[in-house]
Amino acid sequence: MHIHRRTLLALALATGLTAPSLALAEDTIKLGILATFEGAFTVLGEDGMRGAMLAIEEANGMAGGKKIEIVKGSSDASPDSAVRAVRKLVEQDGVKVVVGPLSGDEGIAVKDYAKTQPDVTFINGTSAAQDTTLRDPAENFFRFSTDGAQWMAGLGTYAFNEKGYKKVATVAEDYSFPYTQVFGFMAEFCKAGGTVPSKSWVPIGNKDYSSVIAAIPDDVDAIYVALGGADGVNFLTQYQQAGGEAPLIGGSITVDQTVLSSKGKMRDVVIGTPSAGPIADTNDTPEWLAFVEAYKKQPDAFPSPSLFAHGYYINTKAAILALDEVGGDVSDGGKKFREALSKLSFDTPTGKVSLDKNRNAVADMYLTEVSEGADGNLYNKLVKVVSQVNQTLGIPEEEFLALGAVSRENPSCP
Amino acid sequence: MTLAIETPRKSRVDTLLGDIGIGQVLLAVALLLYPAIASDFFLTQIGGYSLIWGMIALSLMMLAGYGGMVSLAQITVAGLAGYMVAIFGENNSNVHGFGWPWWVVVPIAVFVAGIASALIGAISARTDGIYTIMITLAIATAMYYFTQQNYALFNGFPGFTGIRAPDFLGIYWRDPMPFYYLCLGVAVVAYAAVLYCARSTFGLALQALRDNPRRMRALGFHVTQHKIVTYFYAGLIAGLAGVLLVWFNGRISPGTIGVGAAINVLIIAVIGGMRHPIGPFLGALVVVLMQTFAIDIVGAERFNTLIGLFFLAIVFISPDGLLGLWGKLKPHLRQESLRSGP
Amino acid sequence: MSVLDQQTAGAGITKRQGWGIAALLFAAVMAWLIFAIWPDWLNDILISKKAFVSSIFNGITLAGLYFLVASGFTLVFGLMRNVNLAHGSLYLVGAYIGYEVTRLTGYWLLGVAAGFLVLALIGVVLQVTVFRRLEGDDLRQTLVTIGISIVAADLMLWMWTGATYQITTPEWLDGAVKLPIITAFRSNGDAVYINYPFYRLVVLGVAIVIGIGLWLLLNKTRVGMMIRAGVDDRAMLAASGVNVHAVFAIVFAIGAGLAGFAGVVGGSALSVAPGEDVRYLLASLVVVIVGGMGSITGAAIGALLIGLAEQIGLVYFPTYGIVLTFVIMVVTLAIRPQGIMGKSL
Repeated sequence: MHIHRRTLLALALATGLTAPSLALAEDTIKLGILATFEGAFTVLGEDGMRGAMLAIEEANGMAGGKKIEIVKGSSDASPDSAVRAVRKLVEQDGVKVVVGPLSGDEGIAVKDYAKTQPDVTFINGTSAAQDTTLRDPAENFFRFSTDGAQWMAGLGTYAFNEKGYKKVATVAEDYSFPYTQVFGFMAEFCKAGGTVPSKSWVPIGNKDYSSVIAAIPDDVDAIYVALGGADGVNFLTQYQQAGGEAPLIGGSITVDQTVLSSKGKMRDVVIGTPSAGPIADTNDTPEWLAFVEAYKKQPDAFPSPSLFAHGYYINTKAAILALDEVGGDVSDGGKKFREALSKLSFDTPTGKVSLDKNRNAVADMYLTEVSEGADGNLYNKLVKVVSQVNQTLGIPEEEFLALGAVSRENPSCP
Repeated sequence: MTLAIETPRKSRVDTLLGDIGIGQVLLAVALLLYPAIASDFFLTQIGGYSLIWGMIALSLMMLAGYGGMVSLAQITVAGLAGYMVAIFGENNSNVHGFGWPWWVVVPIAVFVAGIASALIGAISARTDGIYTIMITLAIATAMYYFTQQNYALFNGFPGFTGIRAPDFLGIYWRDPMPFYYLCLGVAVVAYAAVLYCARSTFGLALQALRDNPRRMRALGFHVTQHKIVTYFYAGLIAGLAGVLLVWFNGRISPGTIGVGAAINVLIIAVIGGMRHPIGPFLGALVVVLMQTFAIDIVGAERFNTLIGLFFLAIVFISPDGLLGLWGKLKPHLRQESLRSGP
Repeated sequence: MSVLDQQTAGAGITKRQGWGIAALLFAAVMAWLIFAIWPDWLNDILISKKAFVSSIFNGITLAGLYFLVASGFTLVFGLMRNVNLAHGSLYLVGAYIGYEVTRLTGYWLLGVAAGFLVLALIGVVLQVTVFRRLEGDDLRQTLVTIGISIVAADLMLWMWTGATYQITTPEWLDGAVKLPIITAFRSNGDAVYINYPFYRLVVLGVAIVIGIGLWLLLNKTRVGMMIRAGVDDRAMLAASGVNVHAVFAIVFAIGAGLAGFAGVVGGSALSVAPGEDVRYLLASLVVVIVGGMGSITGAAIGALLIGLAEQIGLVYFPTYGIVLTFVIMVVTLAIRPQGIMGKSL
């Protein structure tokens, strides 16, 4: 036991147990970046990091005249691990500004933690749950990216008016992010007059969709699919195998590049699928093109930035801009800094971004459609930019809140 | 201690016991004084957190070390207690949250955990040794899926957030110092209870059951019942840890009781060693330190490989974990044994 | 039939006859459900005939896949008392290898063969270098397999990242076949038949062939005889001069190889991604707990039960569909702790 205790002491000293290392020098500022660097989402977390690095490099690694010192925090996409990581950043590393996390429920967990640390400022990564900022928000949590319902802006109307779908079935995973996406889609689609007679909520972890596909009513005009990653690929393949004929409508992560670049035969069923989200592959504004060029210089970058790189870029950028404004001074518990953040409005590669009173972004959304390029590859063709979408999707806040929190049953228009 | 049963090893075990008599005192002093030197982060995130995981692993150690029942569902039991705290206490998820006072909620939570553990025991104790590990893993997974899908009781995927530790005696028990002492206090009680239990008739019979169930049955012991009661006791310990865990995190969701967490408990217990109740705490400390600082040292990406290899090395080199390693090293370090006991 | 049976038969029907009649009735109802045109009220209750029949078919084909994975698991346990919790990892490694080989050579069958052979080799290596050292220590063997599965999962994540892969199946396995099952009539009198993916039927066929093959191997060959003897009494087998280690290595090779094979076949039907290892490990666990450890027939029965429960649950009560399989497990344990075909403990 002696040895054990002694080693413990040595370890304690070695790792700086005595106190969080106080501000090293006055001319640096610590920026905590929380993303998924472990588990199945590692690739996405790393792409988020690329986005953050891009923003930092653009500012030459300086913010408010101080050198930025990056401290990484790693989660495995579970809320528990996100809180542990952010606690380490704040309580051990003494970080005053945190950018992150990546996924929806992590965001809610970090928001709850933010309430216990009023002197630290939290800026979202790409977490896209509604209630991170909509209900019971934290004063010191800012989101310059948008939520999963905002991402769907314009899609419901487009499906009803332009595509002429009157009756749509939905297939989505059974948890909060898809609820939010379905909500965003149906809010518009039902308002336009469409009906959704059948909603299939597939338990997380299920990989076999063939029975689900068979249970979709035959008489629907289209199927709205909000499944990401492996689930998206599985659904599309099996839909093709089952000889599915109804056209599809995609959620923001259903027909992204990872799915479109898969080699399978599902390409036949995805061509023409409309979708919506915060970025579009074929956006040809000079700002976006410049962003893509800069992004590609990052090590191991994808051919085109994912929405994770995009989200982390925007949020990190916002942090740096606000720090510039206050001269990198967060010594007052970050009060001035947060004030600067709230008033911040800036031009991003995807248009102007500003915050609403809940500190959630108002930004442009992109309506896209899967098409085949000249080179035979599939990509999301930009159809329309829906400008300045707010969190309540243009519905007055009172009315929007009255719709209630998203769930399996809400909304409903059979 | 297993000294009454393992006569061939008696001398070695005896010395270990004598040593631990002094070691325990020193350890207690060190743990009590720890807050004097530790920062808030080290108090809760390392100290408190290790103690909590140590307790969950301790409940496994009690089952596995003394009873030979390796249950992977201990985190499920702990999580259930945490859920009870969220449901009967307060949360900000707008689901349930009856707001009952902690002195009602905690006993309910711990009792429910005990009953759940006993149920798991009843299902798995009828089968033999190695089956237990499979059945409990399957039960743990089933529970994970169930909490994830059930919104009526467990609020599904998001679970519960905004769970606060109680204010009591004018102290907010989630503040670093009180929380650390709270964890320490509960852990010491659990530790002492397991030690006492192991030396009681009940514990001795349990160890005999592990070693020769047929003979015990012939002697008139209700083998299955005895095992189920052990599960109940282990469930109480896991339940207490679960309450602390949910106060620590301020939240609980299916991810807290997933397969990964279930395996984690086993890793902690095995790394620490399952022959003495101090093992799980030792294992928890090592694992928590590795988990927290891996990102600064080797990067977070390959953390699982690191811990997996460490785990494999322990299983191969020292089946009794770090504790066993210490037992092997000790004779080299100190020639004479200090005996305090008879 | 014994005298006793005949005597009770006089009083009424025997228990066995009762079960037989129940089974016949059940089969008749199922046949009617599958082949008859459904009246509207039935469509209202069971969503649609298409959904019902598909879930049954999917359940059976999924059972085929589960059987392939679980048979290796149960075989290894039966002989070596080794709960190989790295079995899911073997499945996933097989799937990745199958993917790489198919991608590089362009021949799917080569990928399948590689999945089997490489994994069989890995199985032998594992048996010789790891499990033989820990022989007789069930718990440590199991712990080692947990450690291996953790490291393997992380290394696979490193190598193949979190991306989703699909193994491309050849043209001749593609497309859907029309089953002679009519779901409805169109207004113009045309019958609407059920389309079912051909590949899935092939998976089922392969599973049946392998099941029969395993049965023949175990019951009609010398090696099979030794394996069965080993399952019953390992010490006795060794005492009669058989090289037990060689038998163990063969069994482990078959078990691991089948897992790898299933990985390629399953990875073609669905997809290859991290997390599949745990999924198939759990499926095998439940299948063999229900079916009985160490029994090939048990694995088949268990796979069928679990596959059907999963798919029917997914269609008719998706919320608790996954939990249903575990309910089956717990009920089995309560009634028959050793599993349906397991030997009494």
